[in-house]
Amino acid sequence: MGLLTLIVLLPLAGFLLNGLLGPRLGRTFVSLVGCALPIAAFLATLRAWTHLGGGESALVETAYTWAVVGGSSFDVAFYFDRLSAVMTLIVTGVGSLIHVYSTGYMKDDPGYARYFAYLNLFLFFMLLLVLGRSLLVCFVGWEGVGLASYLLIGFWFEDPEKAQAGKKAFITNRVGDAGFLLGMFLLYHALGTLDFDAINAAFQGPVAPAVSASLVGLLLFVGATGKSAQIPLHVWLPDAMAGPTPVSALIHAATMVTAGVYLVARLNGLYLQAPEASQVIAVIGVATAFFAATVALVQTDIKKVLAYSTISQLGFMFVALGVGAYGVAVFHVYTHAFFKACLFLGAGSVIHALGGEQDVRRMGGLARRIPVTFATFAVATAAIAGLPPLAGFFSKDEILWFAYASERGGSTLLWAVASFTALLTAFYMFRLLWLTFLTPSRMTHETEHHVHESPPSMTVVLAVLAILSAVGGFVHVPHYLEPLMPLPATDPTLHHLETPLIVFAVLTGLAGLLGAWFVYRNGLGRAERLARRHAGVHRLLSGKYYVDELYDGVIGRPLHWVSDRVFLRIGDRRIIDGSLHGLVAIAQRAAGRLSRIESGSLQLYVLLAALGVAAALALVWRHG
Amino acid sequence: MAEPVALNLLLWLPALGMALLVAAPRAGDRAVRYFTFGVMLAQLALAAWLYGRFDGSVPGLQFATRIPWIADWGVHYHVALDGLNLLLVVLTAFLGPLVVAGAWTAVREHVRLFHVMVFFIQFAMLGTFVAQDLFLFYVFWEAMLIPMFLIIGIWGGERRIYATLKFVLYTAFGSILMLAAVIYLVWSLSRSTGIASFDFTDLYRHRLPLEVQTWLLAAFALSFAIKVPMVPLHTWLPDAHVEAPTAGSVILAGVLLKMGTYGFMKLGFPLFPDATRLMTPALMTLAVVGIVYGACLALVQTDIKKIIAYSSISHLGYVMLGLLSLDLVGVQGALVQMVSHGLVAGGLFTMVGMIYERCHTRELAAYGGLAKLLPVYSVFFMILTLASIGLPGTSGFTGEFMVLLGAFNAAWPRWLAGEALPIALAVVAVTGVVLGALYMLWLAQRMLFGAVRVPHGPVTDLGVRERVIMIAFVVAILGLGLFPRGPLAKTELAAREYQERVLATRLDEGTP
Repeated sequence: MGLLTLIVLLPLAGFLLNGLLGPRLGRTFVSLVGCALPIAAFLATLRAWTHLGGGESALVETAYTWAVVGGSSFDVAFYFDRLSAVMTLIVTGVGSLIHVYSTGYMKDDPGYARYFAYLNLFLFFMLLLVLGRSLLVCFVGWEGVGLASYLLIGFWFEDPEKAQAGKKAFITNRVGDAGFLLGMFLLYHALGTLDFDAINAAFQGPVAPAVSASLVGLLLFVGATGKSAQIPLHVWLPDAMAGPTPVSALIHAATMVTAGVYLVARLNGLYLQAPEASQVIAVIGVATAFFAATVALVQTDIKKVLAYSTISQLGFMFVALGVGAYGVAVFHVYTHAFFKACLFLGAGSVIHALGGEQDVRRMGGLARRIPVTFATFAVATAAIAGLPPLAGFFSKDEILWFAYASERGGSTLLWAVASFTALLTAFYMFRLLWLTFLTPSRMTHETEHHVHESPPSMTVVLAVLAILSAVGGFVHVPHYLEPLMPLPATDPTLHHLETPLIVFAVLTGLAGLLGAWFVYRNGLGRAERLARRHAGVHRLLSGKYYVDELYDGVIGRPLHWVSDRVFLRIGDRRIIDGSLHGLVAIAQRAAGRLSRIESGSLQLYVLLAALGVAAALALVWRHG
Repeated sequence: MAEPVALNLLLWLPALGMALLVAAPRAGDRAVRYFTFGVMLAQLALAAWLYGRFDGSVPGLQFATRIPWIADWGVHYHVALDGLNLLLVVLTAFLGPLVVAGAWTAVREHVRLFHVMVFFIQFAMLGTFVAQDLFLFYVFWEAMLIPMFLIIGIWGGERRIYATLKFVLYTAFGSILMLAAVIYLVWSLSRSTGIASFDFTDLYRHRLPLEVQTWLLAAFALSFAIKVPMVPLHTWLPDAHVEAPTAGSVILAGVLLKMGTYGFMKLGFPLFPDATRLMTPALMTLAVVGIVYGACLALVQTDIKKIIAYSSISHLGYVMLGLLSLDLVGVQGALVQMVSHGLVAGGLFTMVGMIYERCHTRELAAYGGLAKLLPVYSVFFMILTLASIGLPGTSGFTGEFMVLLGAFNAAWPRWLAGEALPIALAVVAVTGVVLGALYMLWLAQRMLFGAVRVPHGPVTDLGVRERVIMIAFVVAILGLGLFPRGPLAKTELAAREYQERVLATRLDEGTP
């Protein structure tokens, strides 16, 4: 068995072991299997990485042939180049950390074995997604992570709301998947292959393929909007917070939701030939970033703030993709994985400390009570706000620069909206920091009594992630990926602005910090007065622009109404069965008159059979 | 040449079993069950062996037996395997023992008669699949009706009389038209060639004017479309399913519905290729309407069995779409989708039967939180749900993916040539995957999640027998999902043959 196959299969083994034997063999066994196999996968990835040559080289491995139809074969094959290497390291690395954290966080949960089985299953599918050589294998992983996400969001399934959230995530993603499928079919029809390397080569080759790159690009991007929670399919991610918090950190922040970004970056050869699709991606990205950031301003659930923040940060990544800066988008995937995982796990630690409390209005003053959580959370907050020299600063700054200066669609407007969003980001993140840790306590007596710092299994992970959030930016990922995905050319007349823009970006981050300090340093009073003064805006934002209500009204209810009232009651019952009953009544009367015996169904059958034969004979006779 | 013998043995084993059961009126219920199960297992072993011996690199019929039966009319007892019926024969043999094991505790009245009927229908279904002579085919086709009628009528639910009447009327209506078409077809063959023959191979060579082809196809199509069932000829199915005992539902969904699609593939389309191409837009539209309509109706049902019944309409729409695409991937996908649906719907109905045995209701609203109460049951139910949705790794994905890819492959060039309907249908069919997830996840959520709610007090999780049954289903579903290469290799030549037959022109320009 090849190394890449091994990387993929290790977590699957964990899933099977814990899923089948876990409940019987006890927690130690479950923790051991659950953590050791992802860590082994991480080590195997490092090993594969050392085999990887420079530049564009790649390791290719065929596990087996899934199907052969008409001479073309669909292989389950893996592809390991610098891009897959970065993604696989993030997935297995951050994944392993979160598994370890989970041993502390989920310690008392009765579904401990099931939890680790699902988490390992997720890793398996995620690794298929980032290591698959073809769109088909990627799609298998893509659907698979959706399943794992569904199972983990609804992990506490006794609560119908949580089960509902899982279903919503699955179905919203399915809408995107329909686009993914169509894009895949179109590519297969045009190229006869689904291998990523072949697709990129075909679009970069001298003869343009007989298919519009933008059409394919847009269809696949529909898939990406589902998985990566972009407008209009973003609605599932905030609800996904119903899952255990480490799941939110791993799946709904660090890894799975970046799959759409990975897909577009992976197909950069195609998207380079698809300027219209790229433009759409940039616009959707920046719109999502802005929209989600405004909603994050008023959320009161600590996880919901982070969820909207994730949607917003993913928007930034799509901005980078839209202007052709694929390596920069992956750079942000990489830094975001650290600081957002750190933030979510920090939030988990807070929730753990407060015995389940998630509402920031009932927190405050935790800095001294849970100092490790506070320190790591603060570092990650500064990182996402883009304060130098933390990781987020580097990647976000490059996104803003290319949004402004890229010759593949950069513009002042794009930059301006993105920069303003960055300001909002800094504001809502520091707001969260203040409300949770720094303002005087608003906890109930009971909660206050309960507060305790988390066990080392959790705090050590927090510390590691905080360190990575701090220094991760010094590894310049775009440079490493340059042989695969060169950075776009920038307008030379704008180069003199590069340094001023960096200074401006830093100032935006600081402005957000100061703003949050000004509004929230004494607690909620000033913010509540602001909300009262702008009640309409506040309602719109806390109502999340009423997108859920809109979808329900425009799609959900009409679909049920049509199915029930039109299809079932009129179509099936009245028209089809109605005519049938009418015919039967007539036939029964005729049969009764003919045979003078009570008409049972078999007599009727024989009668009809006789009629049929007679008709056939008549036909024969006429033509003969 | 042991294979033809084995094939005949496979076909006649259930008939033999039936005869023995009839001849042993004093046999105890337990003995009857074990006997039937044993025969079914032997049959499965034969089918597996024949599957292994079947050579995918040889076109045409294999392991054929051809004996004159009614010499004056040119009727032969002609049975054989080919790539089109191979998987369906294996599926039928596979479901046999599972149906018997599934009914082990559920059927308590007229046990011997019940197993006679199961043998009977197994015989008739296998006969329909392996028959290579139209007369023989028709005899088996009609024979299927009787045991199904009795299974629903005797062991069915409260409204079983209504359901059987509806079932019989629909089916009989179709059969009669088909009979008329069969008679006309053979008569016209003998008139133009001077040979009286019911043999498929002879009929495939018969040329007919377009108008006649169209009429005959319409007659065949009506009969097959009722069995599939295609909208708007589907309303017998939900009622039959709801009223049928579990075994009846499993046989119905597992095998009987495939008779319709198999009929189209084996007879309807290749016998009348020119008419088929003429009617393709209409039939394809009906297939896609079925996908969406079935899914929408599944969404608003309150009876668990009805949800699965309507989902069958949707899933068989994909089969029709694949067959009509005439693309190799699409046709192969249709073959896989048929087997997949047999396994998934068969498995789901079996599971509904298991919960019904415990709680005596199929009302969805009566259930909730089973995942807490019956974890093993819930795991299996979830796997089947995911297979029904077509999650990669399950047979549902293999079938749906290939059908949709094939439909798209066929439609895109025509769209470029200015024809919008096929691509529109393909796109709508793709969105069907969203609807599929909608109703199945809703079903799973209502049954498995939320607060624990079961009618009739404490219930126990699956026992050993039930677990083994479900493991068999799941292994088959995952096998076809993860390793479809083997089966596809066995059917590819037959799929090509089908493709060529339907694409060929067999117009007769002379007088009819």
